[in-house]
Amino acid sequence: MNFDFSDEQKMFADQVRRSLADTCTMKEVRTVLESSTGLSRATWKALAELGVLGAAVPEERGGAGLGALELCAAAYEIGYALAPVPFVASTGVCAEALRRYGNDSQQEKWLPLLAEGSAIGTHALSSGGSTLRMEGGRISGRARLVPYGVQADLALMQADSAGGTVLILVPLNGAGVTRKSLMTLDPTRPLADLTFEGVAAEILPTGNEDAVATLVDGAAILLAFEQVGAAQRALEMAREYALQRTAFGFPIGTYQAIKHKLADMFIKIETARVHAYWGAWALSVDAPDLPLAAAGAHLSASDALRFAAQENVQTHGGIGFTWESDCQFFYRRAQADSLAFGPSQRWRERIVGALSAQAA
Amino acid sequence: MDFNDSPEEATYRAKARAWLEAHARRRTDGGARGMAVADGSNLGEAKAWQALKADAGYAGITIQAPYGAGGTPIEAVIYRQEEGQFEVPFGVYEIGLGMAIPTVIAHGSDAHRDRYVRKALRGEEIWCQLFSEPAGGSDLAALRTKGVRDGDDWLVTGQKVWTSGAHYADYGILLVRTDPSRPKHKGLTMFIVDMKAPGVEVRPIRTMAGSAEFNEVFFDNVRIPDSDRLGEAGNGWNVAISTLMTERMQAGMGFGFVSAHDVLRLARRYGQDDALITQRVADFWINDQALKLLSYRAQTSLSQGGFPGPEQAVNKAIEAAQGQQAAYFCMDLLGAEGALAAAEVGEHWAGVETSWMWASAMRIAGGSDEILRNIIAERVLGLPGDPRPDRNTPFNELKH
Repeated sequence: MNFDFSDEQKMFADQVRRSLADTCTMKEVRTVLESSTGLSRATWKALAELGVLGAAVPEERGGAGLGALELCAAAYEIGYALAPVPFVASTGVCAEALRRYGNDSQQEKWLPLLAEGSAIGTHALSSGGSTLRMEGGRISGRARLVPYGVQADLALMQADSAGGTVLILVPLNGAGVTRKSLMTLDPTRPLADLTFEGVAAEILPTGNEDAVATLVDGAAILLAFEQVGAAQRALEMAREYALQRTAFGFPIGTYQAIKHKLADMFIKIETARVHAYWGAWALSVDAPDLPLAAAGAHLSASDALRFAAQENVQTHGGIGFTWESDCQFFYRRAQADSLAFGPSQRWRERIVGALSAQAA
Repeated sequence: MDFNDSPEEATYRAKARAWLEAHARRRTDGGARGMAVADGSNLGEAKAWQALKADAGYAGITIQAPYGAGGTPIEAVIYRQEEGQFEVPFGVYEIGLGMAIPTVIAHGSDAHRDRYVRKALRGEEIWCQLFSEPAGGSDLAALRTKGVRDGDDWLVTGQKVWTSGAHYADYGILLVRTDPSRPKHKGLTMFIVDMKAPGVEVRPIRTMAGSAEFNEVFFDNVRIPDSDRLGEAGNGWNVAISTLMTERMQAGMGFGFVSAHDVLRLARRYGQDDALITQRVADFWINDQALKLLSYRAQTSLSQGGFPGPEQAVNKAIEAAQGQQAAYFCMDLLGAEGALAAAEVGEHWAGVETSWMWASAMRIAGGSDEILRNIIAERVLGLPGDPRPDRNTPFNELKH
């Protein structure tokens, strides 16, 4: 039994943490929040230089040739820093799709760029409401709620074609692509509507009808690591304030009303943490339980981060509700991430479906 | 990251499983096997099974040789996982061998170890733990049972409560106030007490479930020789803490409350399938699965030679509360008939009723939900302790 990351994986995560502590400060998060850039280019560059973006990309395609466990360990640190970067969309979905299903020329063209961070990938796998039609190698139609849709260079989407639904790769920088930035509750998690008029696209030869589900599962697990990391940071922030703020003659962390609140955060975070770990394992070995593990990780991490973010505000009292407080970053992020892969009830249906199948 | 046993662990597991297959019947019901408290109705069977285990080296696995098997904590976990799948008596020895005997071994003399440990492991003598009192449950150090020195003996007078199995125990470890002129944590001493000694009276407590697993134990000038003291006089608090630490090694025992699978099965049985059921079953499963995964994490720590820390408090906080909520939800499935007792509804309903009743007890026993949260806040997160104005005051100057 070794339900833990290896020493090498922990060392890798530690490097990521130290680097992000320098590049992705809360001030940097605020800069992105208060601008319309949608992401921190400096942080993205730092992650590329650390080898995080190419961790799971094969060495011959410009990556480090590691795997899902390294991506997960790094995702936790990215979440801990609240890093405003398209890690899940670009590295977790787009690069993973290319690595798993891309042909040689697709891999050769895009993987080195995604690994070095000079191209940003995204996807429209989770949003629903997309209406794309492919004919003669070109697509037309609309993709709704694409994460980092304005910032990205390449999108992985599904389109209807004469041969049925296909998974396609579409460069976003050419003619025929119109991008409309949307106002989001969390400006560090930008979304856009994309319109395509006869834009050249390539089919990703998945040869696997579960391809999209597998990609979404993997992405949900990576996102869960980000969420648990962020929740841990919120708990630490609340703890620090509870030790420093005095009321009625004692630090407020002396009182059970606050202590038990923080203990409840810890309970939810540990619940989510072990689910995320199980998800990492399932992803690393493509376990049959991957769909179940992804659902557990996504739901428990969404619950943990929402709770930690909301109770962090509560622990801070009035100051936590001000614009100048960092509490809002967590509150916004929690809501954005919990909906990144569709409604929670759909994930719950998947759990109950799996339990029913086990019982049958 | 992997979930496999190491080669040594796999060998141990195979050996334990083969031995269990040869000596017990495999369970078919699949659930956890319930709480580690027993009313004593299965005493004969429990004693026979314990002797068999001791002969095979499966009693006191972590207890040092030559008294016990001298095995590792991970071996104990593996054996417990395997034994849990068999139909064997459970609950009579868990407290004695899990808490009392490790305390005797750690703080007793060679004479104590020679006299008591082997008999306890063989199940010939049953032990209980006498800590809680009417005046001190969560605030254990508020206990009042007093011990007064009398020549080579101590005379003990007072009352303990919630003592599991006291009505069939032969010996107990007993925490007593021997110096009321010192602050509450300082004037305590731990003893071994003969439960059949003159002046010991055991009265069963009828729980709200109607059963009688717990007892009140009264001490009226009970004579305990000083040679049966465990640790120094006045050091009883530290001895008690070490006892309570061993409780953590019991990680992953489980209470056997209704699981997400059970809730789903019952919902289907009653033809119910809607979004609310999906939502609640999924959320119950998340906790069930987390408990399993948390036990893997504790097992990993033991496997690497570590020791589960205070974060273990998370497990019981999740499990007991969920037992209550899952039972409510099941009863709600029946509508007005949910008001009926299992005796009326049918055998398939017994687990729901037991969970409903006993989740209430398990939210209190072994550290209440509130104490668990204090442990997490203070010992994991490093927040300040509760204000304790009585901490440094001599016990006999406190208002009671």
